[in-house]
Amino acid sequence: MSGAPRRAARRRSPGQGALRALFYVLVAAVLVFTVFPFVWAFVSSIKPDDELFTTPVRYWPGRATLDNYRLVLANGEFQTALLNSVIVAVSVTAVSLAVGSLAAYALGRFRFRGRSLVLYVVLGMTIFPQIAVLGALFEMINFFKLYNQLTALILTYLIFTLPFTVWVLTGFMKAIPREIEEAAYVDGATHWQVFTRVMLPLAVPGMATTGILAFIAAWNEFLFALSFTQTPDKRTVTYAIQAFSTTSSGLYEIPWGQTMAASIVVTVPLVVLTLVFQRRILAGLTAGAVKG
Amino acid sequence: MSMPANPAATSAAAPPDHPSLDARRQRRAWLFLLPTLAVVAFIALYPLAQTFYLSFTNARLGTGEPASIIGAQNYVDLVQDSYFLDAVLLTVLFTVVTVLGELALGLGVALVVNSRFKGRSAVRAAMLIPWAIPTVISAQMWKWMYNDVYGVFNDLLVNQLGVLDRNVAFVADPAVSFWAVALIDVWKTTPFMALLLLAGLQLIPHDLYEAARVDGATALQQFTRITLPLLRPSMLVALIFRTLDALRVFDVFFVMFGNRPDMQTMATYAQQTLVSVSNIGYGSAISVALFLIIAVFIMIYLAVFRAEEA
Repeated sequence: MSGAPRRAARRRSPGQGALRALFYVLVAAVLVFTVFPFVWAFVSSIKPDDELFTTPVRYWPGRATLDNYRLVLANGEFQTALLNSVIVAVSVTAVSLAVGSLAAYALGRFRFRGRSLVLYVVLGMTIFPQIAVLGALFEMINFFKLYNQLTALILTYLIFTLPFTVWVLTGFMKAIPREIEEAAYVDGATHWQVFTRVMLPLAVPGMATTGILAFIAAWNEFLFALSFTQTPDKRTVTYAIQAFSTTSSGLYEIPWGQTMAASIVVTVPLVVLTLVFQRRILAGLTAGAVKG
Repeated sequence: MSMPANPAATSAAAPPDHPSLDARRQRRAWLFLLPTLAVVAFIALYPLAQTFYLSFTNARLGTGEPASIIGAQNYVDLVQDSYFLDAVLLTVLFTVVTVLGELALGLGVALVVNSRFKGRSAVRAAMLIPWAIPTVISAQMWKWMYNDVYGVFNDLLVNQLGVLDRNVAFVADPAVSFWAVALIDVWKTTPFMALLLLAGLQLIPHDLYEAARVDGATALQQFTRITLPLLRPSMLVALIFRTLDALRVFDVFFVMFGNRPDMQTMATYAQQTLVSVSNIGYGSAISVALFLIIAVFIMIYLAVFRAEEA
């Protein structure tokens, strides 16, 4: 829109002004609804216990404290869980990108019989209920002696990260101009050289998008982590926080201050990642969903 | 440009659609696909087939006894299992309530963030926060807000607004716990629904609204005659995705209610049977049942939308 009509639109009648105010009330309502639980968790995490467990509820801490964070971060089991989550999420992302980009190159650039069948299978997997394979995976993991191993998670998480990676990267590969690839072939490059030297560097934005989505999905996973690991040294953060609030005992049955601090610690990297890469994430999500 | 040093490249002098070259490209394509196909076969297709097979057996883990095929016995037991039937009912009710709520709210939010206003991109970014927070963790955050004594909701409703005269045990009270958990799901996914619908809204050409305005159409007419019909494909996709997610809901129920018998979804019941009880055969039958219910929902959606198009 050019400047002139916008300036004209600013001269409004009182009725329009009221409508505009109402509109901003709606926007504010959307914002409060969206971010309040997160803000409340943060406010709760910096309250000392006597302010947390008091009625009427205090909406702002009188004596803000980082004690809950100190306790949580000094907790060895929580540290291990954080490390486990990083290991699992990074590995799953790396494997998904490595394996998925190969497939995406074939699907985006080659015409071959069975191509659409492969695409349908990949798309079908994105709507797959994890629970439908839980029993068989559970048996398989026991058979390969992977129970209570991070490897079991890295392997099984591919079931939801890989199809997504292939699907979105195929779109990116298709969008790369064919001339660049053909020039490389004329210069005598093999398919592998074209893939590693031409296609991969050009697909970096797509890799970043799908990589972030795969990382977030792996970081958030709970069902497989709960089912395939057991001891505290193998838990991921989602499992650890859940276990943390059910097993701890003390003056108050659940250490809510620490639970909220842990929640903030686990969530903040994701929120920062999301806000920094919001455009990419939105593009990736809508590409994955709308094309399906 | 340099001469091709690779002798294989000299064959490129032949017409590009030369059959041998084409066959080689076909083989090469499958080679690139091989790792993905191996992973898919290993962790998805084989386990899926295995789950169907296991559902007809009495397989248990840790007994050391080999499983034997018992026919449809698990399914016969399922239809007489009141815990299972309650779980089906609860899951379907949860799906209908949350998906309808998210569709209505999401459409409203999408229309709001589709208009021009200052700070619009900041609001759109903030909407990704609930999506990014792991469900297990958002469930903990809500559980704290729902706390019967120290929770912020009870304070707001009783002390600040005076809507209620005494505190409610949102999580423990069977009369309200279903709605409490449904609200968490609506909170978490309404923004995501709104963003999908927003993407659909942005595909609608602007001149349609201009033309409608010239013809004297009211805002409501523009909404019902232009926005809704053209948004239908995006709505179908969003509905299918959300329905599938809601039917397999696990995390939020597990965190809120653990193994409480009156608050089991099909997924929590299946997980408990498979992992805690190690009854692989029966648990697989529950998984298959969930799979079938999902298939039924997809067919209903596709049939309804196709019927409308005709």
